[in-house]
Amino acid sequence: MRCDGYDVVVIGAGLVGGAIACGLARAGQRVAVLDEEDAAYRASRGNFGLVWVQGKGVGRPEYARWSRASSERWFDLSEALVEDCGLAPCYARPGGVVPALSDDELSDLDSMLAGLGQAAGNAGYEYEILDRSRIRELLPACGPEVAGGTWTPYDGQANPLKLMRGLHASLVARGADYLSGARADGIQPLPGGGFTVRTARGAISGNKVVIAAGHGSKALGAMVGLDVPVHPEHGQILVTERVAPLLDHPTLNIRQTDEGSLLLGASQEDRGFDTSVLARTSRDIAHRAVRVFPCVAALRVVRTWGALRVMTPDGFPIYDQSKAHPGAFVFTCHSGVTLAANHALEASRWVIEGRIPEEMACFSTDRFDVSQAA
Amino acid sequence: MFRRLPDPAAIVTFDFEGATFDACEGDSVAAALLANGVLAFRTTPVSGTPRGPWCLIGECHECLVEIDGEPNRQACMIEVRADMRVRRQHGARMVAGWREE
Repeated sequence: MRCDGYDVVVIGAGLVGGAIACGLARAGQRVAVLDEEDAAYRASRGNFGLVWVQGKGVGRPEYARWSRASSERWFDLSEALVEDCGLAPCYARPGGVVPALSDDELSDLDSMLAGLGQAAGNAGYEYEILDRSRIRELLPACGPEVAGGTWTPYDGQANPLKLMRGLHASLVARGADYLSGARADGIQPLPGGGFTVRTARGAISGNKVVIAAGHGSKALGAMVGLDVPVHPEHGQILVTERVAPLLDHPTLNIRQTDEGSLLLGASQEDRGFDTSVLARTSRDIAHRAVRVFPCVAALRVVRTWGALRVMTPDGFPIYDQSKAHPGAFVFTCHSGVTLAANHALEASRWVIEGRIPEEMACFSTDRFDVSQAA
Repeated sequence: MFRRLPDPAAIVTFDFEGATFDACEGDSVAAALLANGVLAFRTTPVSGTPRGPWCLIGECHECLVEIDGEPNRQACMIEVRADMRVRRQHGARMVAGWREE
């Protein structure tokens, strides 16, 4: 072996890198995980915490299947983290609701789920169209404007901060080296195989390298011949004071945490690398939340923040291995919570085997190559 | 536990769970309760353990009390007023859901 370093160097210790590293360490690999400083862009600390399947994968059935598989595997991930470090990420899967504020919205949701059901074929796709009275059985807090909604049993939620903490504690417990303040500035492929990663804490070598660096993946990928077209999409979240259990099911934009806070989300704005909070965005989020659940109007908002989703041109993940430099992988997606179980328990194996399975080829960067598409 | 600095401010009285307490005008509710020997302001919604003020600058939300019937108020951020009615915040605030008649 040329490299006297690690089996795998994982660049990025967010939810994607953390999950991959956790899976590798659990499989007995010698792993280094490189993290940035606290001030880095961290989608993993700004996310909403849903483990969500409903509506995902329109036009890409592989993504629908992949998301759903992760929501199943989440129970195993949860168990693994508790086994490794005693930290439960508070996963629950009571099924999720998308409320509709008009009959038009409801019929759009209906046809979207019907399409996903058709695309799922023999695997089936269980969902329910909720009329005005049925949605109130599931969520009595719904206001008079709610015309109905949709439900699937596959949706759930977790505590993303506990997940992050759990992944880090688990990978350390399994012998991985977690290096903070080790921003990766360069990747050097070595002549006989393997890679040296230049970091703020010195050079670190490994037989393989996994780029899971969020927005940093673009520049790092280019160093090993991978074109990674990710861009930031701004999302803003409002957090209310803690209240007694109010919502038994998470909804796409409003959920109640295990500790009682309500999270109100999910704006989507192009603001470059600006993470600031805009009052008009908060207003729009709060306005929609109050139309769905009028009692939210009585609650105090105690925190709000903006964060940057790591988006691809088509919104689907990127899983790829460099053709020019085999052993260099890139993993990125904007659903780091939902897909955490897949990344830890499944995708980490691809790195060990040195090969991404054929059925995952649709997530390679080839799909963005215009000359190939033609 | 806490002693006041010499302070010429006027005295106001308020109600804490049925007892009448003195405070100085300008006190926060938190300061007034601490001066009267109250250390546990609330019990947490998660574990039920008793908690009291920690940061006293509006960040930590450990000092939550009920003031004049309104739950989850930050005692450190609100000035005490004469005849205010203050109670401990026990666990999570209850919120009435929407019910269509």
